[in-house]
Order: sequence, then C-alpha cells, then structure tokens
Amino acid sequence: MDGPIPTRMGDGSLVRMTRAEIEAEILAGAEAGAKRAKVEPLGEDEVAHLVDIFASAARFSAVDIGDEVILSSDGVGSQDTGSRITDLQNYEQTVCTDTVELYHHDYSYKPIKPVLPFEQEIMRQTQLLLTVPVQYGAMPDLGRYTVPDGPIPNWSQLLPLGRIDEARAAQEEAVELAVDDIVYVAEGMYEAGADAINLDTAGAAGDADFLAALRAIERIRAKHPDWGIQIGMASEFVLGMHGELEYDGVRLAGLWPAGQMRLAAKAGASIFGPAINVNTGKTVAWNVARTCTIVKPCTDAAEIPVHLNGGMGVGGVPMHALPPVDAVSRASRACVDLLKIDGL
Amino acid sequence: MGGLRTAGDLVARMQLTRKMRLPEAKAYVAEKLGVTPADLSDPVVMSDVRRERGLGTIPTEDTASVADALAIEAKVNIARELDVPVRSVERFRALTGGR
Repeated sequence: MDGPIPTRMGDGSLVRMTRAEIEAEILAGAEAGAKRAKVEPLGEDEVAHLVDIFASAARFSAVDIGDEVILSSDGVGSQDTGSRITDLQNYEQTVCTDTVELYHHDYSYKPIKPVLPFEQEIMRQTQLLLTVPVQYGAMPDLGRYTVPDGPIPNWSQLLPLGRIDEARAAQEEAVELAVDDIVYVAEGMYEAGADAINLDTAGAAGDADFLAALRAIERIRAKHPDWGIQIGMASEFVLGMHGELEYDGVRLAGLWPAGQMRLAAKAGASIFGPAINVNTGKTVAWNVARTCTIVKPCTDAAEIPVHLNGGMGVGGVPMHALPPVDAVSRASRACVDLLKIDGL
Repeated sequence: MGGLRTAGDLVARMQLTRKMRLPEAKAYVAEKLGVTPADLSDPVVMSDVRRERGLGTIPTEDTASVADALAIEAKVNIARELDVPVRSVERFRALTGGR
C-alpha cells in the first residue's frame, strides 16, 4: 500500500504515514536503541519484516499459526465486576490467558503483609476452582519503606541535599526490610497453594529496589527448588539511585536487559521480563524497533524463559489506558517474530 | 497460546517449574500428550486431548459435563500426566491424606 497508512503514536493517537515514512521510523528507532544501549542494530531482514508488519492497514496482526507464545499475567481483572475469584475465572475461561495472577489493590509487598491471611484464603479458594496456573504478585516498591510511609529516611530527599552516604545507608536498610516482607508473603502464598510468586516492576526505585528483588528470589528459591518465580522489570535500565550496589559481583546500576536477565537467572528466577519504556512522542513503529534492538541481546543469551513486558507504556504498546488492538497486536507480533521470546 | 482452550497453561507450567524455554516446553508437553508441538495451540485438537486425559477444558453450556475433570480435579491429572509439581495438588493431598 503506497498511500497514507494508518499507524499509531506512542500515546495511542492515530496518524497516517507512507510506507517509506514508516520504514524511516523503524530505522530511526532501531538506531536509537543501538546507540542508547550500546548494542548491535537490527539487520536488514529484521527491519524489512517490521516494515511489512507496520505498513499493513489491517485492524489486527498476528504471528503464524504454531508460533504462539505464553501470555503470563500481572494482576488480572478490574476487581470491580464481581469477586476477585470471578475475575480470575473470567480470565481463565473467557480471555484464555495462559496464567492468571491474584493481586491486592495496593499492589506492593509491604501493605500485603498485615492482610496476608485474607489473601491466602482467596488464593486457597481460587486454587480449588481454577485449572490454569495462578500466581500471586506485587511490587518490591522500595519507596514504601521511607518516611512518611515507612521508618527509613527518604533518600529522594537526602540526595538533592548532597547527603549521599546517608541516602545510600537508607537504601541498604530498606533492602533488608523489603526482602523480609517479600519472602514472608511468598511463603504464605506457597502455603496457600499458589503456583508461583511474581515480583513486578523490580528496579522501580533503582538499583536497591532491584537488589531487594534478587535477594528475595534467592531466599525463596533456596527453600522451594521447583516453585514458579517470575520477575518483571520496571524500566529498561537500572537507575543508580545508590550507585555502588552489587549482586554476584556485578554492579546493578546501569544494567540493561541482558545483564538484568543473567542476574535474575542466577538468583533463581523461573521467568524474566524486561520492560522497555515507550516514548509517547514517537510512533509505535519507532518504539517497537527500539524495543527489539535493546532486548535482542537478552533473548539471544537467555538462560531462562523471557516474557517481554508488553503493556501500557512498555514493549512498544501505547501509553493509554485502552491501548488500541491494532497497535498492541503489531507490537506483540513484531517482538515474537524478531526476538523469539518465550512469552509476553 | 490460548490457555485452557489449548495447552497454554500446560506449557506455562513447564516454564514456571522447570524454567524451560518455549520450544523445549512445547516439545516436552507434546511428547507427554502424544501430539505435535503445532497441535498444542489448536483448540480443536486440544479440547479432545484434554477431555480424554482429564486435563480440564472450558466448561461451556453446550459441552460441559460433570464427568469431565476440572480445576483441582484436572490439576491432579496434570501433575501426573506431565510429571510436574503442582503446588495446590501437593497441598490437597497433604490435607486429605488422613491424620
């Protein structure tokens, strides 16, 4: 098709471009990803394939029959239309995701700790009623441990004052508390019959947040060698809020998906999920090309299954509460075709 | 992959418990169930396979039968057929094993 082709921006808005313009977007996105993450650019065949996907005017795009991947879930259902168990049953029987996730509205491990028995009871009942794997998920969310929500001095306030040593000490202390809480909740969910635990948006508060996730995974895995442990990142790059934290001798600040995956695998995770941020001012085609470029070294070297985070604002999917299916399907298909990911 | 309509949940269990990458997980499940990896995402094939082996299917009003295993019943069969640990089944057995 040579005329203007409907395509999307990263904020979900519809624009029209020619095939040549779409190709230029893809090349630019790939170049941006290669430059930012210091990785190899996409090859000609890969670019051509992306152009074919994005230069279509079809409402929906999909992988070839037989190439389907696993769709794992973070918290499923709105919790506004019936019970939480009903939500999970709907996702199992109507939406037909491959796994579902029970979650608490306050999606962080710290606030779940005092209500764990109630969460356990829901998980127990869910396990009697569902066939597909049901995991329990929440975020490490290290910031929750800082004043005024927690007992630790707030490093976000200390850093601009130049009180670096105090900020680092605060983060290190928060890591210990977070690890204990994550492990406590995980143990409770194991007891309740959950198929897996999910640590979502790991690294959201920077390298200390990622360290808390890794240490928690290590402790959980040591006790449960066969249990499912999924970790999903918050963003493409681990921010050095502390700057000097290490895991297994590797500095966490500055890690990109390949490095993140290696440490997640080392800690004992079953599934790793990179998250590549969407630039809402660029096209979805640009964002997907950038995503594929940055994630490719991760999937090429993967030691455990990789489930790319593909949702609102990550993985090329527009940053909109109702992301259009034409964009979501193109982004998903492109990432499966190019990256050989194990899931989304 | 289609979850309970196909074999997506079964392949997912291999990823979660055995850390299998997708091709390996599909090959493993296919071999255990006596189908091809391509069959795993075909709802027409898998609905019959799942019903025959008691692995759980979508309980639609047209096809639902109390003779078909579902939920915890199906998971007992899944654990056996795939030789995979299923936490809720372990728990079920522990709590019903007699005291």
